[in-house]
Amino acid sequence: MIEMRGIDKSFSGVHVLKKVDFTLKKGEVHALMGENGAGKSTLMKILSGIHMRDEGTITVAGREVVYKHPKQAEKDGIAVIHQELNILPELTIAENLFLGNEKTVKNLGWMKTKEMNRMAAEQLEQLGLNVKPTTLAKHLSVGKQQIIEIAKSLMTNAKVIVMDEPTAALTDREIDTLFTTIRKLKEQGVSLIYISHRMEEIFSICDRITVLRDGESIGTKVIKETDFDEIVSMMVGRQLGERFPIRKSKIGNVKLAVEGLTRKDEFKDVSLEVKAGEILGISGLMGAGRSELVETIFGYRNEDQGKILIDGKPLKLKNPQDAIEQGIAFVSEDRKSKGLVIDFSIRDNLNMSNLTTLSNKGWMVHGNELSLYKEMVSRLSIRSSGSEQKAKSLSGGNQQKVVIGKWLGMRPKVLILDEPTRGVDVGAKKEIYSIMNDLADQGVAIIMVSSELPEIIGMSTRVAVMCEGKLMTTLDKHEFSEERIMHFATGGDKHVRK
Amino acid sequence: MFGNKRLTSLLGMLGPFIGLLLIVTIITILNPSFLTIDNLLNVLRQVSINALIAFGMTFVILTGGIDLSVGSTLAFSGAVTATMMASGIDPLIAILSGLIIGTLLGAFNGFIIAKGKVAPFIATLATMTIYRGLTLMFTDGRPVSGLGESTLFEMMGKGYFFGIPVPAMTTMVTFLILYLLLKKTTFGRRVYAVGGNEEAAILSGISATRIKIYVYSLTGFLAALAGIILTSRLNSAQPTAGQMYELDAIAAVVLGGTSLTGGKGWIVGTIIGALIIGVLNNGLNLLGVSSFFQQVVKGSVILLAVLLDRKKA
Repeated sequence: MIEMRGIDKSFSGVHVLKKVDFTLKKGEVHALMGENGAGKSTLMKILSGIHMRDEGTITVAGREVVYKHPKQAEKDGIAVIHQELNILPELTIAENLFLGNEKTVKNLGWMKTKEMNRMAAEQLEQLGLNVKPTTLAKHLSVGKQQIIEIAKSLMTNAKVIVMDEPTAALTDREIDTLFTTIRKLKEQGVSLIYISHRMEEIFSICDRITVLRDGESIGTKVIKETDFDEIVSMMVGRQLGERFPIRKSKIGNVKLAVEGLTRKDEFKDVSLEVKAGEILGISGLMGAGRSELVETIFGYRNEDQGKILIDGKPLKLKNPQDAIEQGIAFVSEDRKSKGLVIDFSIRDNLNMSNLTTLSNKGWMVHGNELSLYKEMVSRLSIRSSGSEQKAKSLSGGNQQKVVIGKWLGMRPKVLILDEPTRGVDVGAKKEIYSIMNDLADQGVAIIMVSSELPEIIGMSTRVAVMCEGKLMTTLDKHEFSEERIMHFATGGDKHVRK
Repeated sequence: MFGNKRLTSLLGMLGPFIGLLLIVTIITILNPSFLTIDNLLNVLRQVSINALIAFGMTFVILTGGIDLSVGSTLAFSGAVTATMMASGIDPLIAILSGLIIGTLLGAFNGFIIAKGKVAPFIATLATMTIYRGLTLMFTDGRPVSGLGESTLFEMMGKGYFFGIPVPAMTTMVTFLILYLLLKKTTFGRRVYAVGGNEEAAILSGISATRIKIYVYSLTGFLAALAGIILTSRLNSAQPTAGQMYELDAIAAVVLGGTSLTGGKGWIVGTIIGALIIGVLNNGLNLLGVSSFFQQVVKGSVILLAVLLDRKKA
């Protein structure tokens, strides 16, 4: 279907792709893996006509092509679904599907709404999505919006769909729906290129895998003939060892506890505690109220009822400043919208939560800023070209380390991490886990919200499982299993009664 | 590589400065009398009022806001000072009262925006009307004159200090203070942070509410200072003074390269932006361009500057 041979590309002197080969067969799901910066997105941008290659040939359906514009690739049936969805929340599903290609009466601009709704309904049914085309897009879950994006590309007769981290924001149940859709597309002869950091998904849905490292193609394997360890060592060029490093921290006293914490329509009557040196995992499906709960503990939202206790003392946290004063730090879920100022330098981002300690009577002390930068770069092995590098030009893993570094400057007693490794590659993931372990060893009490079950199981001392705003149970290490956690996350025994 | 990056960013910052030099050169070629000491001092005095307002506007815009009420604040503060002086109150107290009133009007803007979560454009559109109405009520719609004799007060608008107009001196000193405030203090960093990503700033323990109230108060204070200088220069307070001043101030900020979306920009650019507008006003007058056509030229320059800025990004 697609054959890319000897693709070479440089950006202002930086050689990002070196003689890369990539082939895609009709009706296959082909995984493209590699650490951040390995060249995956550049390769896909060349395929979809956003960038021009410097050297090499691209053959699509037996015909050699040179795309100068994304429209040309689109014409040949190549569609890309980006991580950030292009869905307009205030439009209906059908309107989204036909955006830019509306069916109009004699092309005069008067829309044939009925016809579009009918065609949209057909497409949705084919993909196995049970929603009305007249529903507003904002009422759909992120997972369903993702499928709408797929439907959109099918409306333009896509034969090749590139998906960039499609499951990053999905819950397990939504991932299942997505995979069902992908299998249907395969049957229809559509080929998919699947970019993801999640190994489990690649093994369950893909046929072949190509690994890139530092702009070179390391190799292509048939999924059935390879395994987790081989892929990882192809990606990082070395054996990574245990995925979840071992932690031997001593568990101390209860640092933070919440009692009967309630926020209307978000979560109800939640009680939990976390001890020094322990990592408390919070698991649950999307919309279970996990982020809302931790944001309330951090004072970003205010509770309606209940108590927050630090070192046994009940405290009123009106805003994040109060929480920070008590030694609580919070690495938020979405680093781009809540964690970083993307246009700021690394130095300025690290400063943000430490302005008072870095300054002297309100005047910034440059030396203090630089020493914080240096400390964090070496402690967290942030890879950057210098303190003035803009946060937006860092890879996902390094961005996340900057967000964590922001908080280590204040020596927190309690560290809350919301989805700490989302969109982060395997190597950086392990580094983040090691940082968490180090902190736990130093007696920091850690709360980690995560949608990735292996991460929850691999890292947590105990796991609190939430469902629809309620804390279902708290499990100890010897009680964990994916099945058990999912059982409670989907409603537990109550589910049966309902 | 590091130095290289710095160089490109420096060149980017130089853009407004190069624009200013270009305009000065063109005007001087067309009419050499532009480049005389007397005329240049004149330009500096004319620029000072817009520059002071634009300084405040820079802070507001850096937080991602806007303040349309500056012209009305200027008029109200000027009227308060003038009325107090006309009734024989000590000039120093009259001036301080004007400044305090301006600061309070600004703080009220900030309060509505930060606590009431009203969009800055709407909030200050409303207070622009309110403050103007208050000025007209306060003065009964008539100019306030007969301010009496006060060297201190007269110096503010008309005096010279070592041959330099006092308003220009005031502007320079204010500029230096604000430059340091923005560049070297935690307050400055917080202003940038709130404008760069408000949610991230709040989650980093920065009180966006407090920063916004401070920033609008500062703008109110500076508008009041400009109002008192204007009153001194005209020797009377006009209830209709300062109309449309907000637009010149916003233009100066934008010409200086500060982004209207917040978080990006600098105050050095603003002073250059204010100079560009001042030089254009003065130069076009010298060249005998009709005041109608002057507006077309001024608007076109702003448009051109913004378009060039787009290209750069």
